[in-house]
Amino acid sequence: MPVLPDRVDRDAPEFAARRGALLDLLAEVDAQLALARGGGGEKYVERHRQRGKLLARERIELLLDPDSPFLELSPLAAWGTTYPVGASVVTGIGVVEGTEVLVVANDPTVRGGATNPWTARKSGRAAQIAEENRLPVVNLVESGGADLPTQSEIFIPGGRGFRDLTRKSAKAIPTVALVFGNSTAGGAYIPGMCDYVVMVKERAKVFLGGPPLVKMATGEESDDEELGGAEMHARVSGLADYLAVDEVDAIRLGRQIVRRLNRVKLGRAPAPSYAEPLYDADDLLGMIPTDLREPFDPREVLARLLDGSEFDEFKPLYGPSLVTGWGQLHGYPVGVLANARGVLFAEESEKAAQFIQLANQSDIPLLFLQNTTGYMVGKNYEQRGIIKAGAQMINAVSNSDVPHLTVTMGASYGAGNYGMCGRAYDPRFLFTWPNAKSAVMGPAQLAGVLSIVARQSAQARGKPYDDEQDRQMRELVETQIEAESRALFLTARVYDDGIIDPRDTRTVLGMALSVAHNNPVQGRRGFGVFRM
Amino acid sequence: MTAIRRLLVANRGEIAVRVFRTARAMGIATVAVYSEPDASSAFVRAADVAVPLGGRTPAESYLRGDAVVEAALRAGADGVHPGYGFLSESAEFATAVVEAGLTWVGPPPAAIAAMGSKVEAKRLMAAAGVPTLPWAESAADADRVGFPLLVKASAGGGGRGMRVVRTAAELDDAVAAAAREAGAAFGDATVFLERYVEAPRHVEIQVFADTHGNVVSLFERECSIQRRHQKIVEESPSPAVSAELRARMGEAATAAARAVGYVGAGTVEFVLDSAGEFSFLEMNTRLQVEHPVTELVTGLDLVRLQLLVAQGEPLPAEARAPRLDGHAIEVRLYAEDAEAGFLPSTGTLRGFDVDSSVRLDSGFEAGDGVSPYYDSMLAKVVAYAPTRAEAAAVLARALRRSRLHGVTTNRDLLVRVLEEDEFLAGGTDTAYLDRHDPAKLGRPLLDDGAAALHAAAAALALQAARRDATPVWGRLPSGWRNNPSQPQRVSLSRRGAETVVDYAFSRAGVTLSVDGAALDIALHECAATHVDATVDGVRRVFAVRITGDNVDVDSDLGASEYVVRPRLPEPDAHVAAGSLTAPMPGAVVRVLVEVGTEVVAGQPLVVLEAMKMEHTVAAPAAGTVSAVGVTAGQQVDAGTVLVVVDEPENSDAD
Repeated sequence: MPVLPDRVDRDAPEFAARRGALLDLLAEVDAQLALARGGGGEKYVERHRQRGKLLARERIELLLDPDSPFLELSPLAAWGTTYPVGASVVTGIGVVEGTEVLVVANDPTVRGGATNPWTARKSGRAAQIAEENRLPVVNLVESGGADLPTQSEIFIPGGRGFRDLTRKSAKAIPTVALVFGNSTAGGAYIPGMCDYVVMVKERAKVFLGGPPLVKMATGEESDDEELGGAEMHARVSGLADYLAVDEVDAIRLGRQIVRRLNRVKLGRAPAPSYAEPLYDADDLLGMIPTDLREPFDPREVLARLLDGSEFDEFKPLYGPSLVTGWGQLHGYPVGVLANARGVLFAEESEKAAQFIQLANQSDIPLLFLQNTTGYMVGKNYEQRGIIKAGAQMINAVSNSDVPHLTVTMGASYGAGNYGMCGRAYDPRFLFTWPNAKSAVMGPAQLAGVLSIVARQSAQARGKPYDDEQDRQMRELVETQIEAESRALFLTARVYDDGIIDPRDTRTVLGMALSVAHNNPVQGRRGFGVFRM
Repeated sequence: MTAIRRLLVANRGEIAVRVFRTARAMGIATVAVYSEPDASSAFVRAADVAVPLGGRTPAESYLRGDAVVEAALRAGADGVHPGYGFLSESAEFATAVVEAGLTWVGPPPAAIAAMGSKVEAKRLMAAAGVPTLPWAESAADADRVGFPLLVKASAGGGGRGMRVVRTAAELDDAVAAAAREAGAAFGDATVFLERYVEAPRHVEIQVFADTHGNVVSLFERECSIQRRHQKIVEESPSPAVSAELRARMGEAATAAARAVGYVGAGTVEFVLDSAGEFSFLEMNTRLQVEHPVTELVTGLDLVRLQLLVAQGEPLPAEARAPRLDGHAIEVRLYAEDAEAGFLPSTGTLRGFDVDSSVRLDSGFEAGDGVSPYYDSMLAKVVAYAPTRAEAAAVLARALRRSRLHGVTTNRDLLVRVLEEDEFLAGGTDTAYLDRHDPAKLGRPLLDDGAAALHAAAAALALQAARRDATPVWGRLPSGWRNNPSQPQRVSLSRRGAETVVDYAFSRAGVTLSVDGAALDIALHECAATHVDATVDGVRRVFAVRITGDNVDVDSDLGASEYVVRPRLPEPDAHVAAGSLTAPMPGAVVRVLVEVGTEVVAGQPLVVLEAMKMEHTVAAPAAGTVSAVGVTAGQQVDAGTVLVVVDEPENSDAD
């Protein structure tokens, strides 16, 4: 079996430099992760603890099987916005009683766990992952409902969350709600739409309208417990299926429910035994240039991702700017498309379209390793039909039915982002390395284009062009685009499922592949018309 | 000559296994008998065939001589070996065996009977010129014995019916009490008085006689270290016996055997005082528990000699001219809690691996239960080496390396004795454990610092076991997080105390703390069965056995047993007491309590009939009935208060 060689020069000066630069980027990410973990800040965390309550991540840790991995999704959502980083909710995939589940936990230390627009976006993405991958959902509920000042952005689209819950149920994807505290008004429909509901005694509060609202609406006097206490729901309304004596007991009951869900994964099992890669993933830090203009050989990455570092390259001599081939990752077969030299030409596009069809014929998931500056431009290429070639690739990606996993390793610019299965092409998972950047084009190119257009416009109107103003404009635009291309900016907007440490790529993809195999992996047999 | 072709062992446990081993080596088929609790014991499996005796207690099983003889006949046995204890010193049983036409592997019934009465034996010994302590049969002759003296039961042994009397004033009461105890224990209230030797050594001579007139001494064993009159450390030779003394004691012992026409293996017990004077105590007409030490220093197989003699053969040359070479020490490994006054311990042996560097005589295997029906001796562990110091060291090391899981044992006490200065200097006498507090000797070898390491190893092995068992993500890094918020936590309890281990794996290795104190640990290998780690610069392997919630950890630092505390405990199934209401409409059939009745949880209070079925309303908790709201025959609606039960104030009855 072809084994990839190790060509990394660990003693080269650029190795140390790149490693240092990437560690700096990782430190920046870690600092933001620490902020996200801090929730609403020390004061609110302390107040929450004093009420004898567990933090969102403490609840999750108790819910998960001890020592099992947990992949937190979109941990830096809302970074750089007016809302606290993390978006007041924790979502992720973990293992409960040997079953892969999606966990959604409100963070009540952030404005009472209220839903803001970023919360909705992050939760929506988690719900999509659960649905696409047939994952049971466990909601750890404690939320004051909608963040009222932003209700206009949440209220109408937010209804989708409840619809999605019951649609999952209709697809026999189990949904569980463990209610630890407030779950009122619209929030009451989270337990309302779940298959199983556990409420914590004297803590859960689930009603459509609280005492003041009831008083205003009907004049009736009532208290919280009568309207929505756990005891009431367990004994009278029947909304609660289980009454937990405390938080820990609710988590115990949650695990008990999952244990009896009788979940069987429908996809094939991974190979029972397989080899780890031959080379240390730590090398990745020293290999990856933070200057995106410097290409790097994705085979060096594959040598640190694939089982046994084995890779059967397909069409190695044709369209060499894109590497395609077969391998195995944590026991699952994968087809790989990886950019080798940034630009996609017609040959690379055709090669990709063919390879994607082959993966569909063989029911093999696809892994896209993005480092592309886009499709080639220029007279020669346009005239030879680069649009048609790119369209073939995008057609193949769009209509492929095997699970796609995308990792943005570096650049992801222009239509290359589409052809290489960017966010809009619905890969099952998309993860970003901290050095990655994505935009319609590079900041300098974009600024330059604007400058040229402005100069032409001035000339057309016969106006003089202010070069100093042009320089300032270009600088401003470049800075803005640079900032908006950054991994942190992208992840903040939930354009990916999280920034990952490159050294964790194999682990994360192993989890993602395993999760994808909750469904049968079934490729598309008939494709759309390929324009030639 | 009566060849034995199929031998029944009228015993159980390690001695049955021991006798079977030699029988097999001699080509003799083996038959076990067993009681109900022993149905799955190792000794039963060790025999070619086995016959159930039925019964749970010894009296219902192993002490039923007629049933044993019947078992021998049923199984086609032609010889019976009695082992020790049970019927081994019953002249009546020996006679029954012989009368059934079977070969008795033991001394003639007459010899057993002669030595069975201590009073009779002392008379015989004195006549044969064997030194005896001053003694008397009646309290009136106490002056002839002198004080302090010992009041002893003539029958039986093991310390029952025994009293030390230091002044004449205490004598009458002591005699009465001893007689009562002896009567109850042995069915014979006969007691006698004997000079009491302070802190003597217990030295015994192994004798062997054949039917051809050969009587030999196989040298001495010292068995001075005893707890509650049970020997726990035995050795040969004795550090207190010189060659000259050995020869004199051997002559006395063979004279004793000759005096009763002895045949087979026997032991003549002496007390040896601090001046080196020895006196006859009693003769045990059977194979002794501690016979292995004699076997190791003489190179003889005493069971083989017994079988040869029983078949009418003369003692072989090597037994007639025995050699004494090297030193052997035996310890008795008991399932007991030395710290808690040697309280017997029962349970299931999750693991039972004794280090292979020593001789092991045991009737137990891993998975066996230790029942309360029999003596709690798990095994005899015996070391042999050129010198006493080496034998003690080898034995201590072997005990330290043994893995004994599931029941509390006296292992740590034995190790401390074997490593203790006075013992190593040969300063053993029957008061040894009075001078050295067993509660201290018995405390765990594992000190607190080492216990933290063991807790860490337990937590890491549990982790590995869970990773092995998980159906998904098993090959992914343990406890991996892309946004790590807290370590993994496991709570363990040991000896009633809780230990919390926090750990987190990362690219850099594992960070770990025990009860909040960080441990400098580097892992080389971590599996469910062992953890190979360097802690504070020393690398060692911690052997781990996980059985359900039990985790046993062994290392050179000692042994420890942990129980994993549940992470998510089930809440107490405690339902609030108070008013009990009718669960549905119906008729009261019976009211079973009245005001003031003390009730226990689950006790039926009222029986209702509804929808043609009877429903019992039971007390949710213990308490006192303070009101009864209904009478028999009354129709009630759902929710009608039937009975009110008040829980006792400050109840700690949970």
